[in-house]
Amino acid sequence: MITEEKIEQIAKLAMLKVEKNDIEKFQAQFNEILDYMKEMDNLDLSNEDAAFHINELQNIFREDEIKESLSNEEALSNAPDGFDGFFKVPKVI
Amino acid sequence: MYKKTLHQLIDLINKKEITGREIHKSVLDRIDLKDKDINAYTTVFREYEEYGKDGILKGIPIAIKDNMHIKGKRTTCSSKILENFVPEFNATVIEELEKESASFMGKTNMDEFAMGSSTETSYFGVTKNPWDTTKIPGGSSGGSAAAVACGEAIAALGSDTGGSIRQPAALCGVVGMKPTYGRVSRYGLVAFASSLDQIGPITKDVEDAAILMNIISKKDEKDSTSVNIKREDFTQYLNQNIKGMKIGVYDKVLKDCSEGVAKSMENSMDILKNLGCKLENVDLPSVQYCVSDYYIIAPAEASSNLSRYDGVKYGFRADGYDDLMDMYIKTRTEGFGDEVKRRIMLGTYVLSSGYYDAYYLKAQKLRSLLKKDFNSAFAKYDCIISPTTPTEAFGIGEKAGNPLQMYLSDIFTIPANLTSIPAISIPNGISNNGLPTGLQIMANAFREDNIFKCASAFEKEFNIIDKLPMN
Repeated sequence: MITEEKIEQIAKLAMLKVEKNDIEKFQAQFNEILDYMKEMDNLDLSNEDAAFHINELQNIFREDEIKESLSNEEALSNAPDGFDGFFKVPKVI
Repeated sequence: MYKKTLHQLIDLINKKEITGREIHKSVLDRIDLKDKDINAYTTVFREYEEYGKDGILKGIPIAIKDNMHIKGKRTTCSSKILENFVPEFNATVIEELEKESASFMGKTNMDEFAMGSSTETSYFGVTKNPWDTTKIPGGSSGGSAAAVACGEAIAALGSDTGGSIRQPAALCGVVGMKPTYGRVSRYGLVAFASSLDQIGPITKDVEDAAILMNIISKKDEKDSTSVNIKREDFTQYLNQNIKGMKIGVYDKVLKDCSEGVAKSMENSMDILKNLGCKLENVDLPSVQYCVSDYYIIAPAEASSNLSRYDGVKYGFRADGYDDLMDMYIKTRTEGFGDEVKRRIMLGTYVLSSGYYDAYYLKAQKLRSLLKKDFNSAFAKYDCIISPTTPTEAFGIGEKAGNPLQMYLSDIFTIPANLTSIPAISIPNGISNNGLPTGLQIMANAFREDNIFKCASAFEKEFNIIDKLPMN
């Protein structure tokens, strides 16, 4: 069972804030979903390897060549705030 | 003109009877008439733009789901957080379409960040099903499917992570194909769950799907998961005799389907038998666990992929923050809708310390087991068929408050994403309630040839193209 505190803790890890009156709703939904997932406990997966990549590709290497890419101006064109070719963020320290 | 298929229009342009510009005008008029009701588009390109005339597509406009980048046009992913995002580059599929002289009709509505099965989670409002505007069109590529079904687009691209092309195609009575993972470059497709996402066509018929697949299937060095496999002409597999084709029927699920879906499926099996196919019931024991598997893996990947939306590099930034952390949290809290938050948090939970082995690792092992089940089935069968969805289109708002019920509507489409295999949905009936149903045809990885052979032969015997809601 997921508690209200757990919901708040997950939200914090995910850089989200869940409003007080939504916590209960999320809690109920999470518990329903995780409860459904208990069906997987019926499976014996001890002999299975984890399929982190389903097409079984090996490392894809390429030469480290300089190619045409976005200009500084283009890369910053969607930034909410920028200055002198940099992203601008609120004071950190 | 807007009623015609892509291949019919290509023929008419070749005969110099019409032009791409005239088609754009015809579709634009249709959009102006219908889209107030349907809401299939987030952005409509009112000006006709041309990228050459000599390519296969001859200037015919294609609609693009609003999670693929067209340089200089906004890509919103139907989210507030990207409401004003204008990409500086083209997705590879857009480059390939331009090389073949496509034009573009606009960007189509979707569930926010492709997370949903009904297009109800869009920041820009729900898209309605043109067969019955009280129903959802399916999702997440609901805008693309609805637009093609009612003549607001000639053909479209969608993306499919757990059924997001096939499910809306089925519920809107059109054709939708998810290619093998790695067949089509994902470069310039906004990432949701990177090991599952794949771009594919939504079209009025199977031939149109083959034409678009010919154009977008290509190894791309900008997507290291795209596979170096010889380009095929998929149109060569159309109109073939499929006598003797071995088809596995995933029949165990029929008892869970609506009456209309089950009836369409039985009729489809008769059609395939009459075409000379050998049908046998197939058991895929691990498939029953696929919804659990998917809703661990996809949210886990999404929680990582969506960490990039932080109000710094692009997109929305909230006002009134105290410091950097506060800015991140306010931006993400105000910028994302509830379903996206739910999946980010679910993903964060299954990846978090103490839960990783119980959920994420177990899900990846189950994914191996699923692949084994399908491998043994494809050793015996050329294709496996099932309904695309358990029911016809459901009502707007009907499942919006119950995420688990919504997730279960993807139950037949999810296995293809988890196992990387290609699958198509083609119309296979209209139920008594007047809503279309879909037949899903799956084949082994990189065996789209079998899918096109089977789908094309079936479509010749049965289609609903004259019944699409075009008036």
